[in-house]
Amino acid sequence: MGLPVAPFAGDMYGPDAVIMKGITGANWRLQDYLSRGGYSALKKILSEKIPPEQVVAELKKSALRGRGGAGFPTGLKWSFMPRQYPGAKYLVCNSDEGEPGTFKDRDIMRYNPHILIEGMAIGAYAMGIPVGYNYIHGEIWDVFERMEEALAEARAASFIGKKILGSEFNFELHNHHGWGAYICGEETALLESLEGKKGQPRFKPPFPASFGLYGKPTTINNTETFAAVPWIINNGGDAFLALGKPNNGGTKIFSVSGDVARPGNYEVKLGTPFAKLLEMAGGMRDGKKLKAVIPGGSSMPVLPADIMMATDMDYDSIAKAGSMLGSGAVIVMDETRCMVKSLLRLSYFYYEESCGQCTPCREGTGWLYRMVDRIEHGKGKPEDLDLLNSVADNIQGRTICALGDAAAMPVRAFIKHYRDEFQHHIDHKQCVVPTYI
Amino acid sequence: MLEIEIDGRKLEVPDGSTVMDATNQAGVYVPHFCYHKKLSIAANCRMCLVHVDKAPKPLPACATPVTNGMKVFTHSEQAINAQKGVMEFLLINHPLDCPICDQGGECQLQDLAMGYGGSGSRYEEPKRVVNNKNLGPLISTDMTRCIHCTRCVRFGEEIAGIMELGMIGRGEHAEIIAFVGKTVDSELSGNVIDLCPVGALTSKPFRYSARTWELTRHSSVSPHCGLGSNLTVQVKQNRVMRVLPRENDAINECWLSDKDRFAYEGLNASDRLVKPMIRENGAWREVDWQVALEFAANGIRKVRDQHGAVHVAALATPHQTVEELYLLQKLAHGLGSSNVDFRTRQSDFSADSNVVPWLGMAIADIAQLDRVLVVGSTLRKDHPLIAHRIRQAAKRHLQVNLIHVTDDDLAMRITNKAIVAPSQMARQLAQLVAAVAHAKGAPLPAGLAGTEAGDAAKRMADSLLSGKNCALFVGNFAQHHPSATQLHALVQTLADLLGAKFGFLGEAANSVGGYLAGAAAGGMNALQMMREPRQAYLLLGAEPELDCYDPQQAMSAMKQAEFVVALSPYQHQALDYAHVMLPVAPFTETSGTFVSTEGKAQSFRGLVQPLAETRPAWKVLRVLGNLLQVDGFDYDSSEAVLKDALSGSDPTSRLNNRLTQGVIGKIEAQGSGDIERIAEVPIYQTDAIVRRAPSLHKTRDGAVPVAGMNGEMYERLGLRDGDQVKVNGSSLLSAVLDEKLPAGCIRIPAGHPLTAKLAGMFDTVTIVRVAAQHKVAV
Repeated sequence: MGLPVAPFAGDMYGPDAVIMKGITGANWRLQDYLSRGGYSALKKILSEKIPPEQVVAELKKSALRGRGGAGFPTGLKWSFMPRQYPGAKYLVCNSDEGEPGTFKDRDIMRYNPHILIEGMAIGAYAMGIPVGYNYIHGEIWDVFERMEEALAEARAASFIGKKILGSEFNFELHNHHGWGAYICGEETALLESLEGKKGQPRFKPPFPASFGLYGKPTTINNTETFAAVPWIINNGGDAFLALGKPNNGGTKIFSVSGDVARPGNYEVKLGTPFAKLLEMAGGMRDGKKLKAVIPGGSSMPVLPADIMMATDMDYDSIAKAGSMLGSGAVIVMDETRCMVKSLLRLSYFYYEESCGQCTPCREGTGWLYRMVDRIEHGKGKPEDLDLLNSVADNIQGRTICALGDAAAMPVRAFIKHYRDEFQHHIDHKQCVVPTYI
Repeated sequence: MLEIEIDGRKLEVPDGSTVMDATNQAGVYVPHFCYHKKLSIAANCRMCLVHVDKAPKPLPACATPVTNGMKVFTHSEQAINAQKGVMEFLLINHPLDCPICDQGGECQLQDLAMGYGGSGSRYEEPKRVVNNKNLGPLISTDMTRCIHCTRCVRFGEEIAGIMELGMIGRGEHAEIIAFVGKTVDSELSGNVIDLCPVGALTSKPFRYSARTWELTRHSSVSPHCGLGSNLTVQVKQNRVMRVLPRENDAINECWLSDKDRFAYEGLNASDRLVKPMIRENGAWREVDWQVALEFAANGIRKVRDQHGAVHVAALATPHQTVEELYLLQKLAHGLGSSNVDFRTRQSDFSADSNVVPWLGMAIADIAQLDRVLVVGSTLRKDHPLIAHRIRQAAKRHLQVNLIHVTDDDLAMRITNKAIVAPSQMARQLAQLVAAVAHAKGAPLPAGLAGTEAGDAAKRMADSLLSGKNCALFVGNFAQHHPSATQLHALVQTLADLLGAKFGFLGEAANSVGGYLAGAAAGGMNALQMMREPRQAYLLLGAEPELDCYDPQQAMSAMKQAEFVVALSPYQHQALDYAHVMLPVAPFTETSGTFVSTEGKAQSFRGLVQPLAETRPAWKVLRVLGNLLQVDGFDYDSSEAVLKDALSGSDPTSRLNNRLTQGVIGKIEAQGSGDIERIAEVPIYQTDAIVRRAPSLHKTRDGAVPVAGMNGEMYERLGLRDGDQVKVNGSSLLSAVLDEKLPAGCIRIPAGHPLTAKLAGMFDTVTIVRVAAQHKVAV
């Protein structure tokens, strides 16, 4: 599987793009990035000797929230790092993008890798961290190779390494690729994997900020989060905030997939109505009717069309609508989609990707999958739907990491919004969606 | 201190406590599986979820730190719902085969399922089946029952020091396995059986032989190594069925070595001696006790009268009780002989007579040490649980320095080591003394003039000098060494220079008690009484063919003797040379006392009836004393014997490691150039009981002895793998390449029938290659 053929039109990510502005797929090299004004934020910080505290303050102002799924305020996270800590500390970029439906970090890394490197360098500067790792998902090998090339360029140009741009600031960055386990996208499992161990989440507390990689204070951010940092430094936190909505600063890349005419990544201002995003993606494929949307990646609750069409794409609005923005993977389903089959696919995924460490997830994901599988194949029983909900309840909030929640939430949401379809499967041993459409 | 409220009760707990610590302190039980007080926290079973006020979801008690003012509810609706939910998950894939499960009746899952499980199952899907694993002769597996608590994995990693078990696979496919094709070989492996909260890992030797509720439980003390592990011995129908640890944090904590755990099989061995026997005109005959005892008394009396009391010698092992050893030496003295000894494998007895070698400190204090020097010990195999204590300390602040003859993996962090030939141990130690003296600006002790410290010695000196709490330990190998007293003097000198503690790792259960009982009587020692053969021998538990420093010499002494009395639980080779065999009780069938290496006297009672006509040895010796008309043999209880033996005083007051003079003497410059033998006693050959425990002998540590040597020696002898060598013209052994040995040495274990024909443990050997024999198809 090679890279898609470039170049594309420079505005393929949308007119409001900030991170992906002017990206054609062919202009990823250092000189291209520099000609777009790249590394100016890092240069500015180092030449003006902007105090690290001010960088963190700027991020807090920007209301940038973690783009990996949890939406934690980035400035706040950076302020947790004990700046004066005497021993080793680490900066980690979570590029282990494995959530079904999510493919935004891959585009950042393959088409605009230097923005990530610059963002990480700024983070390292702000938190006084000398070493960073970029953990890249194991199934996108060519992206790893491109990151390696970009990193070599950055190192040669003194954006990475010792005495960066002649200053006293040192930061060494390493790319590291995983082997494709979904669980390694969980930040503490990622740390375990990075340490060379089996990727299994750690229980928290302690949190990575105090006990992270090799037991040292560690800050972990998503690729897209780092990629947003240079713009914030160049244009100010207030300007970034103004791009979006209060408490939902900036733009966000949405990976739109499913039954749309032009699936792909679209970078829009937070607060953009879903209807507009759908329009950017070319609307529904073949003019079919919108049935349901999973707005934030496969682990988030599904929302029916009417709710979705009335919702804006930002953290708070989607939460209010009963789901979560998550990683920004928008999975669009049209009227031909069977909701039982869709849930079966998701349940199978979580069943296979559970790490097996803690009881509710190890045992519960298999139970959920098998029950949904029975219903889909006409062997459901009337009591199954309540049992599904009950099992999901027993998983959710009882596990070491969020994978248990991720497995439980879709089950509850699918049954909540499409109970009649499930009931139909159980009662009639067949799908409510006619086979002819 | 932090304030916390548990179920409405306020209490204060130390900073850094978890909720589980607090509930334990409050005496409130929170159900759990993966949590174990001696292991790291995993928080994976989720059974201990409790309701914490203001927390959005239930939190695991084991992993949640207490914060000031925290309110915890262990029995609220939220907590109970969470716990019941987890229990349901644990049970859906767990087989409901309790009636045929060996863990039934002592299963944490079974117990907690009574409290938190449903009466029926809501799970109607297919259940998971997991293939069983071969983990060796001690641990039986039923992996379908595993609940993935990972206690066994953490035990290997954290306590045993080698990770032999791990969890592979993800999700439902996760399973516990050993490395492919490997078994679990740790000398502490049996503890995972106790740790496993379900019937996934059970005891292979005990399997299907009894139910827990059929067993009576008795406290006892281990008769094997010097640690004095506390045991719970479980008995069914007057037969010892199983041995489990009895928790004692100052000694064995909640662990047992495999030797202590599985050696009980030897108690039920088929070669137990069940009736007194006498040999007349070359033929053995079973007789009554009265006849046998009179026969024995007459025989001894005859030798004494004909050859003099100096021709009577008594030899015991350090695995006998204080009471037995005391009566043995009292009997000998009553006959006019002081030829009594129990140090059967020692070869240098020149230490002062007031030395009562002991550990020099409490076992529990090892945790506080920051520097250690071990001289001559394969710690792991000689003292598995002392090794564990050192291992734990070495993970924190302890630097371990080792002078030894083999470089075996000790499964712990060793800071510095010097692996030298047996003849070079004193020289290596002298270099270390010189390096320390030099650093301290102290004059070189007499005898060490001109000693130059090598790099290894200097590094060791740096390590030892940089500590604040240092101890030097002399191991079994150094105690057996022909220059044991010189090594002792060097260690003492070094300890004085460093201001360190020093002590001896007690080889056997009663290595200390033997001295206190007066069984190193000052007459002929164990080596002399074989080197200068006597006419009458009283053997108490001793099997000279395996227990003695030089088994060949011992055997010829036995065979020429006019009269040999063997008091033993077993029919051993004494059948060839003894004249009377008296069946005496092993530790489970008699009351008695062992004084551990830290000087702690621990008494125990008999917990099963003596087998057939077996009698406790102290009673047999008492009657022998009466028959021989020796004064002071009118004891009517072992307690009365003990009172006399320890003179009613605290044994610790008589412990003494110090040589009065501490003269080092001349250090041998170089070895003679002959091939030196490295003869350690294998872990499962140390005493009569463990020698007869079949399961232990199926482990790797119980393997048949081989002749190990390094590549240089291999080349010198022109050997290839699979070749056989003839040692000293008699013993035929397989040669094995072993790069963990110093040059010029061959490792041939002692204490094994295959090597019993060789001379002294430290004697040099001759080796000849025997042409490889090829099997030819006929």
